[in-house]
Amino acid sequence: MATRSYTSRRELEQYSFHPALTLLVPLGAILLQVLVSKSFPRFALFDLPLIATIFFAVARRSPVAGTLTGAMIGLFQDALTNQPIGVNGMVKCFIGYVAASIGVKVDVENIGTRVLMNFAFSLLQSVLLYAIQRGLLGQSGYHLMWLHELIRAVANTVISLPVFLLLDRGKRMI
Amino acid sequence: MGVGLHRIAMESFFSRYKNGIVLITVLLLQTIGLAMQVQRVPKPGEPDSKQVRLLRVWAAAIVVPIARTTHFFSGGIRGGWSNYVALWHVRQQDEDLRRQLAQIRLQQAAQVEDILEGRRLQALVAFREHYISSTVAAQVIGTSGTDQSHMLLIDKGADAGLKPDMPVITPDGIVGKLRDVFPHSAQLLLISDQTSGAGVILESTRIRAIVKGTPSGLVQIGNLTADSRIQPGEKVLTSGGDQVYPRGLPVGTVESIAPDPDHQPYTAIRIQPAAKLTQLEEVLVITGMQHDLPAQAAADLALAEATHAADVDAAAKAKAAAPRGLDLNADPNAPPLDPNKPVAPPPAEDAPGLVPKPAPSLHSDRYTYGTAPPASDLTPGAKKPANQPTTPPQEGTH
Repeated sequence: MATRSYTSRRELEQYSFHPALTLLVPLGAILLQVLVSKSFPRFALFDLPLIATIFFAVARRSPVAGTLTGAMIGLFQDALTNQPIGVNGMVKCFIGYVAASIGVKVDVENIGTRVLMNFAFSLLQSVLLYAIQRGLLGQSGYHLMWLHELIRAVANTVISLPVFLLLDRGKRMI
Repeated sequence: MGVGLHRIAMESFFSRYKNGIVLITVLLLQTIGLAMQVQRVPKPGEPDSKQVRLLRVWAAAIVVPIARTTHFFSGGIRGGWSNYVALWHVRQQDEDLRRQLAQIRLQQAAQVEDILEGRRLQALVAFREHYISSTVAAQVIGTSGTDQSHMLLIDKGADAGLKPDMPVITPDGIVGKLRDVFPHSAQLLLISDQTSGAGVILESTRIRAIVKGTPSGLVQIGNLTADSRIQPGEKVLTSGGDQVYPRGLPVGTVESIAPDPDHQPYTAIRIQPAAKLTQLEEVLVITGMQHDLPAQAAADLALAEATHAADVDAAAKAKAAAPRGLDLNADPNAPPLDPNKPVAPPPAEDAPGLVPKPAPSLHSDRYTYGTAPPASDLTPGAKKPANQPTTPPQEGTH
């Protein structure tokens, strides 16, 4: 008789997405960011591509998938800026990896966890961007404005909750 | 057997550390790519290498059609409403514009002399002025989507004759310059971006400087030491020294002056941009510049110059023609004198309205009207005729 045992949260709750959704959600996030910021410049404070990266990473619970998804989203973002390509790619690839690794061990369906996770990853992104700009690109004038980054983290956290709830509908249990 | 064990060990190593290996590989590849981009010395007009440019072209090819469509629909709705609202105030705006036009005409007339003098001086020092000869109007259809990069996407590209590094302006002032130009769109790098810069001159103090963007999206001058002559409110214009922006375009006004903690002993002079960089809808890309005035501007200047010359000439003639005791209150709109008109015969002495002649003097002198001979009868150095009256002795000259 065949027996099946669940050894980890990863095996218990691993989701997949329709390929179209996998493609369209990050693209939509980037497009919204590009288009809405034109009419509402303050919208650039949000980072919808970051939220998409975190969501897909924790839902799939696969660090490899999280790494690659983050890298793709970040590189696409970089291609639309005047920065060297790879700045956001590296940051989001790392965040995708860490988010997926956390998703394996922690219940990411919980709202409290989602709040903490989004807030922390937003701050982590700011710190990593600062490190890359100062360390790798030699931008000595680049400063980390803590208050601004805290506001950004709060804004990303607030907007991530409805976005996560919306994207939860597209999940498919493996 | 040893080889088999080694392979198994390697497989187990890769499967065990698969996640970490993938992460490190992806990070490493991007780091190498980043290093190659940073080390590459950009050529003029080519901000990126071919591979990087290709990535940007692909990204733009995905985003631009959607951005263009969204802009078309949102612009239609917004345009319809704003046109309707604009009609409410059109009469008032018309009056304001007429008043403004009259003032500008007055200012133009007053500045003609300065313009002519300036052009003469420029010719003396062999300075070659750059005038805007052609522009292309473009719509802003998107942004970079992040506040780390102050860049916009416009709906005109290489097909409209745009090229990298072309300056972009609005009627208020400079906006930035083109970065990457794609077939049907282009990236507009704002002056508030940390990688952009422009040569400027302070209007009243004539101090030259370089204006640059900051990582937080501000515009500032950072290459000047403390100078008490620079005060908030001073206007900042393009100097033309950067070979990108034409000379004399508004950049902004000095907002604040403070020591720059990162670059002592320099000061951070913050500039309030003249153009509203966060609310741009339409921009003008300068596609051509010339050394001579554009045809329309030259015609305007010639007209103003002719009017000015006619005014000066008329004033001089009037001054010359008027007898002593010129009537300064004469009608300035009276028709000018015709030199070909036949001279009218002198009126009779008793004609009404004439000023009566003075009575003959009892003791005529050299100042008396009609006593001095005409100049044609005089010989230089000749003695005075005996019958010419002498000047009476002055009182107190004994």
